[in-house]
Amino acid sequence: MDNTSISAAQVAFLRAHKFHKIKIQLYRIGILVLFLALWEISARQNWIDDFIFSSPSKLIACFFRMTTENTLFYHIGITLFETIISFILVMLCSLMITIFLWYSKSLTETLDPYLVVLNSLPKSALAPLLIVWLGANYRTIILTGMSVAIFGTILNLYIGFHEVDTEKLKLITTLGGSKTHALFKVILPANMPNLIGLMKTNIGLCLVGVIIGEFIAARAGLGYLIIYSSQVFQLDVVIMSIFILCIIAVGLYGTIQLIEKWYKKRM
Amino acid sequence: MEYLISCNHVNYTYHTLQGETPALCDIDFQVKEGEFISIVGPSGCGKSTLLSLLCGILQPSDGSILFKDEPISEKNRFGIGYMLQHDHLFEWRSVYKNILLGLEIQKKLSKETKQEALSLLETYGLSQFKDAKPSQLSGGMRQRAALIRTLLLHPDLLLLDEPFSALDYQTRLQVGDDIGSIIRESKKTAILVTHDLSEAVSLGDRVIVLNALPASVKAIVPMDFPSDLSPLSRRNTSQFKEYFNLIWKELNENG
Repeated sequence: MDNTSISAAQVAFLRAHKFHKIKIQLYRIGILVLFLALWEISARQNWIDDFIFSSPSKLIACFFRMTTENTLFYHIGITLFETIISFILVMLCSLMITIFLWYSKSLTETLDPYLVVLNSLPKSALAPLLIVWLGANYRTIILTGMSVAIFGTILNLYIGFHEVDTEKLKLITTLGGSKTHALFKVILPANMPNLIGLMKTNIGLCLVGVIIGEFIAARAGLGYLIIYSSQVFQLDVVIMSIFILCIIAVGLYGTIQLIEKWYKKRM
Repeated sequence: MEYLISCNHVNYTYHTLQGETPALCDIDFQVKEGEFISIVGPSGCGKSTLLSLLCGILQPSDGSILFKDEPISEKNRFGIGYMLQHDHLFEWRSVYKNILLGLEIQKKLSKETKQEALSLLETYGLSQFKDAKPSQLSGGMRQRAALIRTLLLHPDLLLLDEPFSALDYQTRLQVGDDIGSIIRESKKTAILVTHDLSEAVSLGDRVIVLNALPASVKAIVPMDFPSDLSPLSRRNTSQFKEYFNLIWKELNENG
């Protein structure tokens, strides 16, 4: 933009805005630094027991030890793999099931109470059963991850499908279109924002499900690492794993945000 | 074929759990090829129901509707174009993609039809908005785009369901005049449903007056204007006022 066309008041406004943003960023970083510093000092001054509470320096040491032993990234990789697969399967399966439900009103009315029950059920209760049935392997973990998200997604998608303006569907009929035309020309495009919103919640839910599964049934993954290490009192590893989980959660959410941005730009 | 479409003693009843509501009662009228029929009636009298029957979305409970001497079916329904109250242009498609929607659905997309779409955009002054999003168009332009979407399918009969009612008054006169002239010049048969009496008089060759629910035909009033008058110039004639008053009286008489 041409600088001469901006008034002094506008320049001042823009500067104030920029200053405000920098200020917030500094506060955010400040809290983290303060927290880590306080933690480190408390551990060194023996205000807290660093065997239980660990300390930032011990976490870093632990991180490098496990990296050189080549175990850490293996566990991270397993958890990421299981989360992403269960996320993709949740989105595909729930989309397909919702389309079937949309085609048949009788099927929807029949299955409605079952979906509601399955959605309200605490899914972690299913995990032990799945292990007995399928064995302690990555398939069980992926299924646990899916079970957390899939029923809610179907219910939400179904509501989204039915919120599409009926007049828009009438338009397709008047143009000579079938129900399949209505699905591909109206229902699915109109539900893209809804679908992306569900992707955002599901990526987090799948991670939760996968960790639950790994707690109970796994031989690898961050959930396994947390449970195993807590049992042998290696609390450094537990706390470090939790930090890594935070980073994974943010990273996965950010990826979905990138997809959303790309979609909006393409629109 | 004497009539393009004929409605023979048609009844229609809605069924709900609360009971049944008769919407149409003994509707009987015929439309010749090239005619422009206006249907007026009080709000909620079942006008849209009548159009849904005429294009085969609903089946009459009683009586018959013949299009080109045949009952309306999946086969001959393609000859009937329907313009809804709102334009329903899809925001996820460009204007050009929107007007191709009907062709896409009926699998008639070809070099020729695409060329025709472009030339219609040109004719109706929308060619510079070809790649725009519908939200960038004014109300009148959107309605013209919706008309192009319908006309590209070359319907023998056009059904118009209050297509101007969502527009502001000035645009409404303008677009009514535009679209009325377009339909007349292309010698299309059209049935317009409206609650606006002056719109009905300015556009129609005959005006069918309906009673309130259940709708039945109260009167059929032929309009006798010089054939070269545009809808807007019809509004300036002395007959216009007479017809308006006549229909107004018909609408407000009881029974």
